[in-house]
Amino acid sequence: MRHIEIAKVGYEYAGTAGPVTALREVTVDVATSEFLCLVGRSGCGKTTLLNLVAGFLSPTRGEIRISGRIVTGHGLDRGVVFQDFAQLFPWRTAQRNVEFGLEMRGAGAAERSETARRFLRLVDLERFAGAYPHELSGGMQQRVAIARALAYNPAVLLMDEPFAALDALTRDEMQRLLVDVWAETRKTVLYVTHNVAEAVYLADRVIVLSPHPGTVVADVRVALPRPRDPLSLAFLEYQRTIVGHLGGRG
Amino acid sequence: MIRPRARRIVGAVVAFGLTALAWEAFARSGSLPPAITPPLEAIAAALAGMIRDGTLFVHVGYTLARIGSGLALAALVGVPLGMLMGRVRSIERFVLPLVSVLSPIPSLAWVPLFILWFGLGNTASVALVFYAALFPLILNTWTGVCAVNRLWIRAAESMGAGSGAIFRHVVLPGALPFVIAGLRQAFARGWIAVVGGEMIAATRWGLGWVIFDSKEFLNTDVMLGSLAVIGLLGLGVERLVFAALERRTVERWGLVRGTSA
Repeated sequence: MRHIEIAKVGYEYAGTAGPVTALREVTVDVATSEFLCLVGRSGCGKTTLLNLVAGFLSPTRGEIRISGRIVTGHGLDRGVVFQDFAQLFPWRTAQRNVEFGLEMRGAGAAERSETARRFLRLVDLERFAGAYPHELSGGMQQRVAIARALAYNPAVLLMDEPFAALDALTRDEMQRLLVDVWAETRKTVLYVTHNVAEAVYLADRVIVLSPHPGTVVADVRVALPRPRDPLSLAFLEYQRTIVGHLGGRG
Repeated sequence: MIRPRARRIVGAVVAFGLTALAWEAFARSGSLPPAITPPLEAIAAALAGMIRDGTLFVHVGYTLARIGSGLALAALVGVPLGMLMGRVRSIERFVLPLVSVLSPIPSLAWVPLFILWFGLGNTASVALVFYAALFPLILNTWTGVCAVNRLWIRAAESMGAGSGAIFRHVVLPGALPFVIAGLRQAFARGWIAVVGGEMIAATRWGLGWVIFDSKEFLNTDVMLGSLAVIGLLGLGVERLVFAALERRTVERWGLVRGTSA
């Protein structure tokens, strides 16, 4: 079943030297519970595309539908995780950060607290429920952000390079955790990254975007069983294919 | 953590001790008439006298009440105004030029006018504190609202927060470090204003009034004693009220690094 439909979407903005086309004729369908990675060099418009789906921006051409309804703004059917650790509210504990969406929805205190606990447990941070963000490491903060984006039960999880600012070891750990969380919650995930190995590790499908203007150049289905072994030949072969589409040396 | 702290205290004691010694040497040298350079002993005796008859506490009470009400009024007006400036462009365009011109005028320059407008007494002193405290509060709050991380707002929006909820749950706490900095500055400026204002505008009570009144009888010991009280009180409020407020909020949230002892 198609969950997210991105149909012939274009996005233009006013640059200093006239209008700039960030995206042109982008068409992507994402199935329910599918894990889709958007890969491309910086400036290819992948974050713009994510922001369009999130409803922070509106497409200048085409349309985006989620569960058949046209996206006109942000909504509680989508949860967003950003790259910057600073996305958490510093004045709230981990627990109260996770409760935020439920609070906005008007949930009662007992339900909020119970749900927040459950999602902190899911990202393995229950012991740190009372900690303030600055007391947590970067990886832990991103885990809180994931729990926060999931806690109010959106059907879609949008992630913009959430692990890009982490060290390599922590990133590996986070990727494993994300796969587990996804397997358990069965959300539809749209995940932006410039890291090809990360995309092959995580995704059911990888969409490759090329820049100036951003267009889809490849749609690669990763048919590897999970958990995936990043050192296996088949894994490396997928990486080679995608790097080839990116126009690098493959 | 104990050692650097102990070292700081030793440093402070040595600095005060040496300054006291220097004063004592100067006071007893006879280079100025002893009546206007009282030794420490006389200053201490004057203070002890004011404590015994209770007048010191009345003076302190009046001064604190004046700065307290002036500051509270300034916060009541300045913080909401700064918030509005940060959120509404047209208000910013209207208020900012006024604030920019009024803010650099020393509050004490208004004393003669305030006396004409409000008469001698509490109102003039409170109005003076209000004037001195208002601008740092407006400007810091405004800066704080403008400096709120856009990402917090985006995150809140994506979780379904409307503009009212964003203001209450994101902008308000996000701007708090600046508001507290504004309160600190407002207190420092208000403290100068209240003592200065009391010298001219107060009629019977207040630390500023005591100093000015003592001039008539050449009571330099009372003057110096009151000055010491003014300094200690200012430091005490700074340490007890503002440092504690920061420890409980912005320091705990990791928004500023701890500076308090």
